[in-house]
Amino acid sequence: MYNVDMAAYAHPEVLVTTQWVADHSADPNVRVVEIDVDTKAYDEGHVPGAIAWAWTTQLSDTLTRDILSKEQFERLANEAGVSNSTTLVLYGDNNNWFAAWAFWQAKIYGHQDVRLMDGGRKKWLAEGRELSTDVPAIRPASGYKASAPDLSLRALLPQVQDAQRHHTAALVDVRSPQEFSGEILAPPGLPETCQRGGHIPLARSIPWNKAANQDGTFKSLDELRQLYGGEGVDGSKPVIAYCRIGERSSHTWFVLKYLLGYANVRNYDGSWTEWGNLVGAPVERGAAAAAGQG
Amino acid sequence: MKAEEYSERRLELEGWPVNVTSWRLGETWHAKADNVSPGAALARISAATKEEAETKAIARARELLSRTRRQTV
Repeated sequence: MYNVDMAAYAHPEVLVTTQWVADHSADPNVRVVEIDVDTKAYDEGHVPGAIAWAWTTQLSDTLTRDILSKEQFERLANEAGVSNSTTLVLYGDNNNWFAAWAFWQAKIYGHQDVRLMDGGRKKWLAEGRELSTDVPAIRPASGYKASAPDLSLRALLPQVQDAQRHHTAALVDVRSPQEFSGEILAPPGLPETCQRGGHIPLARSIPWNKAANQDGTFKSLDELRQLYGGEGVDGSKPVIAYCRIGERSSHTWFVLKYLLGYANVRNYDGSWTEWGNLVGAPVERGAAAAAGQG
Repeated sequence: MKAEEYSERRLELEGWPVNVTSWRLGETWHAKADNVSPGAALARISAATKEEAETKAIARARELLSRTRRQTV
């Protein structure tokens, strides 16, 4: 049991507890959405009233490797019965990886009130809370208006190359130490999606899960400050977070942007699957240097 | 219905740490095996008993982990 003071975070309004969701999931202005790595998890049982979004088909363009377009995001919101004033509560497996990915896209398209359920699906299950296997019938909406994409939240390849060459931003590699070093090309048991292993030169290795407690909740503000500040990532310069495909780095992006309140944080969703396949891109191998030596 | 008898345990398969989570919803047991670091789910199995669900999840995870190649760094 962790007793983290959520009010201490820079933007506590973007995080809700499992109890808050239990109390509010049926509110007419609240839409709870589960987003998992593997959509089978939703079918096993979910928060009553929650719908599911599949990251591969509903939160990504299925032709081009890209996030949703503005029009696609509007369609997704409308189909989910979400209006611009809906409180959108997101949660999922793997400590909210893809829930954070969905949160990031919702912010890119300007959804005002979007929140993560702290601890995600894991905490809900561990607490023995109510589950449903029913898929709720949703009355679609029609008037959702997304904003023009806020690209200050996203890093594309040229910005990452610029950061690497000219040190214009701190690069944070949130993958596991073995992925960072190049010992493995993908997380154990998952398909390899790159031609080269290693990391972007100058990147700091701060695995995403260091920001999470054992129960899936986020660590306290002081612990997070210590974690990132200890690696020289203190918000004094822009930050770009990356992983393999951009979902774990969404989790870190959320921590840096909303819990620590850093002003300029981007998620590089191209991540190692892009960089590790680029012809001629510089790659470094080996374990992370201690802070201050990199 | 509520999730009941939630449990987690750690084991090693093919040289990799694996976290096995299981829980019951009504008459159905669900088990998940993840790779700890980064924590990605490798297998999700539903079965009539905890033992069956966990055994199948572990077998599937072992199969996937056996394919992981280690590079010399």
